[in-house]
Parts: sequence; C-alpha cells; structure tokens
Amino acid sequence: MKLSTTTRAAAVSAALAATLALAACGASNEETDPATAAEGGSGEELSGTLVGAGASSQQAAMQGWTAGYSSVQPDVTVNYDPIGSGGGREQFLAGGTDFAGSDAALDEEELALAEERCGESGIFELANYIAPIAVVYNLEGVDELNLSPEVLAGIFNQEITTWNDPAIAADNPDATLPDLPITPVNRSDESGTTENFTEYLVAAAGDAWPHEASGDWPVSGGEAAQGTSGVVSAVGAGNGSIGYADLSQAGDLGVANIGVGEEFVEPTAEAAAAVVENSETLEGRGEYDFAIELARDTTESGNYPIVLISYHVGCVEYEDQETADLVADFMSYAVSEEGQQAASDAAGSAPISDNLREQAQGAIDAITAAG
Amino acid sequence: MTSTTSAPPAQQPKSRPGDRIFAGTAKGAGILILVILAGVAVFLISESVPALTASADEIPGDGGLASYIGPLIFGTLLSAVIALLVATPLAVAIALFITFYAPRKLAAGLGYVVDLLAAIPSIVYGFWGIFWLAPRLVPFYRWLEENLGFIPFFAGPVSSTGRTMLTIGLVLAVMILPIVSAISREVFSQVPTLHTEAALALGATRWEMIKMAVIPYGKSGVIGGSMLGLGRALGETMAVAIILSGSAAGITWALISSANPQTIAANIALQFPESTGLAVNTLIASGLALFVITLLVNMLARWVVNRRSDFSGAN
Repeated sequence: MKLSTTTRAAAVSAALAATLALAACGASNEETDPATAAEGGSGEELSGTLVGAGASSQQAAMQGWTAGYSSVQPDVTVNYDPIGSGGGREQFLAGGTDFAGSDAALDEEELALAEERCGESGIFELANYIAPIAVVYNLEGVDELNLSPEVLAGIFNQEITTWNDPAIAADNPDATLPDLPITPVNRSDESGTTENFTEYLVAAAGDAWPHEASGDWPVSGGEAAQGTSGVVSAVGAGNGSIGYADLSQAGDLGVANIGVGEEFVEPTAEAAAAVVENSETLEGRGEYDFAIELARDTTESGNYPIVLISYHVGCVEYEDQETADLVADFMSYAVSEEGQQAASDAAGSAPISDNLREQAQGAIDAITAAG
Repeated sequence: MTSTTSAPPAQQPKSRPGDRIFAGTAKGAGILILVILAGVAVFLISESVPALTASADEIPGDGGLASYIGPLIFGTLLSAVIALLVATPLAVAIALFITFYAPRKLAAGLGYVVDLLAAIPSIVYGFWGIFWLAPRLVPFYRWLEENLGFIPFFAGPVSSTGRTMLTIGLVLAVMILPIVSAISREVFSQVPTLHTEAALALGATRWEMIKMAVIPYGKSGVIGGSMLGLGRALGETMAVAIILSGSAAGITWALISSANPQTIAANIALQFPESTGLAVNTLIASGLALFVITLLVNMLARWVVNRRSDFSGAN
C-alpha cells in the first residue's frame, strides 16, 4: 500500500515531471534546478514527489505526516512504502528512494554503503518516531499491576507460570492475585516491537533473561499471534494472558507499570520521550547521525524504558537541489510541534522533546545539494 | 491426425486459416503453462541456492536449513492431514445426501450453498476462526485434556485462546469441503442408472445400493477431489497466519496447546516483510520444499486415481 497526498500539479507539470524522473532514476541524475534553490524548511512553495520506504511501525504516523504536510505543501506528493525496516534501508542505500524509515540505526556495513550513496558528508538519522510499548494483561479482578524487570523477564521466559507466584506478589502487595496459569503472548511475525522489547529485557533484567535481543521472539511454547492487533486480541481472548503491544493499541486491556529504579512507571508519552532524551547519541558516526543508544537500564524517575524508536534516514548531501529541498522541508515538518502532534493523533506516538527537535533541526538545516 | 473423410488418398486434407490459428493458440497455451511451471521451479531453485549452500549458523535459528524447514514441513502436513480426515467423510456424506436422499428442490439449494463456501476469501475464514470458532473450542479442548490427556495428541497445557493446530485443521476442513463435495457430487451423479436400478431390482436397500454400486464407481473421483482439497490445505496462507499460534521449537504432536509448529506458507507470510539477505533465501528454500510436496501429492493422487480406475467399473 502506498500513501500519497493529493497532487494538484497542473501548473507545475514541468517541474513535477523532472522530479518524477529524478525519483525514478535516483542517484544517476545530476541535474540541478536553480529556480527552486532554497535552503531547507523555508516555508516557500515546493512541488514534486518524495519517495520513502521502510519500517511499517511508523506507517500510521507517516499517514498523519503526509496528510498534515499536504495542507502545508499541497503540490508535494509523499509516497511511503511500508515494506519493513531492512527493505527500507536496502532500497535507500541502493538509491531507489529519497529517504528510509528504520527501526534500527544503520550498522557498520550499511554505513560504508551509505558513503557510496550519499558521498563524503554521510547521512542523517533522526529518531522522529517514539512509541511506548505497553505490557498488556488480561486478569479479572486485577486493575493495577506492577512488574519489575526481573519478574517481567521471568514471566516471558516461562519461568514464572502462575499469577500468584511469590515474585509477582512481592511487586504487588495490595493486589489479590488468582491461582491461574500465565499465558504469555508474543508476536509470531518478525517485528521491531519484539526487537525493542527483547532489547529492553536484555539490558534491564540481567540473568533473568538468558536470550539475545532479536526481532524474532526467542522463547518457544508461548502463545504466538500475528501483528499488534493479533497480540491484543489474543490477550483479550484469554483470562490470564499477558503480552506486549504499542501503547496506542492497548484499548481496554490492563497496562502494567514497569519497575524503574525504586518506583513503578506507567507508560505515557511523556515518560517515553523522557527516556529518549536522556539517552546517549552513538559515538564515532557522522556529524548529523543522531543514532542513539537507548538507556534501557535507566533508573531515573519518570522514565519509561520500553519504547520503540523509528528513525528517518537520509543523505546530508543530495545530488540535486530539488530532492534536497523536498527532504529538508518534509523533515522540518515531521519534527515540528505540529508534525509531531499529527503523528501522535494518527499513531498514538510520543511527541519528541524540544531538545531533540532542536538537534534534528540542526541536521535538517545542513541538508544541501552537491554543487 | 487421422482423417476418415472419403477424399482421394493422394490429396492433402484441406487446411483453413481458422484451423491453423486455433491449433496454434491451443498449442501455445499448452506450452505456456509448462514454461510458467518451469519458470517458477527455476526461480525457486536459483534463489534457494544461497540458503542451501550456507553454513548452519547463518540460517535463522542457527540450527541449519533442515532443522529450520523440518518442523515447518511437519506443521504443513499435520494441518492438511487433519483437514482431510475431517473434510473427506463429511464431503462424501453431503454429496450422497444431495444426490440420493434430498428432495430435488432442497438438493439444488443445498448444492448451491456448499459451492458458496468456496467463494469466501480465506482471510474471512481466518477472522471467523480466530474470533468465533477458537474461543468456542476452548471448553471442548479442556474436556479433551481431562479425559483423553494420556493420548499425546491431547496433552496439556490447553491453549487459553483456542488458536491451536486442531482449530486450524477444522478451519481448513471447512475451506476444502466445497471442493471435495462438489467433485464427489459430480461423480456420484454420473453413476450409470443401470447400475443403481439393477442393484435396487436385486432387492438392495438404498444404503446397499450406495455401498455396492455408487461408492465403487465414484471412489477414484472422491480421491481425486480429496487430493485437490489437500493441495489447497497445504498452501493455505492467510487463515493459518492469523489463527495458528505457531511457537513450538520443533516437532510436536500436541494438537490443543499454545505451542504448535507453523506451516510453510504462513511462516513465509509472517517472516518475509522484515527479512533481508539470507533470511529471504531461506524462506524461498522453504517455498521450494512446499512446491516439491504439492508436486508429490499431485503425482500420488494421479497414481491412485489411475490404479483405481481399472476396478471402478468406469471402463
């Protein structure tokens, strides 16, 4: 499925045709158009087509962005193909798309390829989509549930198998926990949600979680369901089930508070944005490469560490001015307060903080065309 | 080509343009299907080669190709066999009822309704299975575990959502029911009236007539229909992908627990969107395995039908 805003480009058909050609043959086209030359995000009228592909996690947010962006720049069409993070990075590096959406930062091998794709100045990676992952449960008579990282890992590793286990009771002294078997529900398809959830367990739970982080659920024997909606409906169907899903999709299910340091933190947009802001940027990458090392094991108060972040990846230097303008302008919109609100309305994501916005805008302002 | 017209032997049969064009397009269509089949086979084999030649620890799951695909093949065959075991007797019974027992008006309507089942998209069966059928089967599964839990098939713990191998077998059975019953009905209605009337004239009851005249005549047709149904059950993707909780580590015979082996087609649908590189080749290699299995099933069906046709009384 492709997302696209309405194009009313009759008046600028020549420019549109040129951009379409650029989008189609990607890096091979070295043409520049001085008429539309402007540094990114200037608010002037642009036209053309911007092609992106990648993570399906940010598909709903992208729908919000493209819809909102069409009211700012009605003559720009943004196509985003949610083929998955890996495919998105692959297509971007091969020059097939203008930008990529990716749940993971580029690895070293891909960074080398990126140098071929974008030249010396490298790439930008902006964590523009932040979504808290909630631990959802279905347990009659229990309205509030606290889980420390070790207990959470024990449940999902099938070591803790009944709800009245002393370890769970220790986290929840006030709750009456039934003598009911726990059914842990996981994703049956490979997904960024699983990857982020297992990354969290690896970082925070220590020895209680003996598996590696992976997009494929590593523990066999649990209840496996397809997609976020599948997990939510499977948890809803069985009393005593527990699973993990996007907070925005949790619906009527119970949402567990996760142990951070001494306290238990409820997943909220603010708590999720806070942990991203308090995370370190990865060292030794490009100047505008803001890939971050999420502080999964944070003990800071009010930080919710189980979050999924999705990056926008693009070149700092494009081969033609038009693509550079379009990418810069669209990214400016995506990180703006208005854009983050549009994504939040459409996808339930957590708006990025002002500091992150400032950092991202710095990278966006640096986007240029090869001269 | 033999000619039986009374034309003088020396003269060539007259060939009109229409004949030549029709013969050419018919031949072209025949060749095209072979080319497509060969193209699919070549694609599957060439794309599988990287996975077939890769070392064991590069394959997803780190256990090598055989241990990755093995449980998938097992899951595929298990779900399809359950579907066939449930659907075939039911389909034959439906076909016999429609052909020999039902009043003519009811028969026409009933046949139409059964055919309609074939027109429902598989994703709709998936939703029906996950939201309607699966939760209703849970109490039944609990009963099975309590009373028949000593049989490995019904070993616990029971799934709390009902999204199990037995559920998917039942959903697949409903999906292949129309194919099997339509073909069975077709062969039963072709039983020569002389056979059935002779049986009745010899004093046979209706059941004895069916047993002695109809079933032997229609056996090969029913088997052919079942194999077509088996083909659909083996390749079914969407319904399995959304219903089945495929989380087992390997081969398991438990039909009513949360841990079930996944099927090949559903596994491809679930894993492909986020796969890159060798993982994609591995998925294609599993697709090649499915291709070979369906080919074998079809050859087996053909062999069975040909063998049976000697005794069926059809000749």
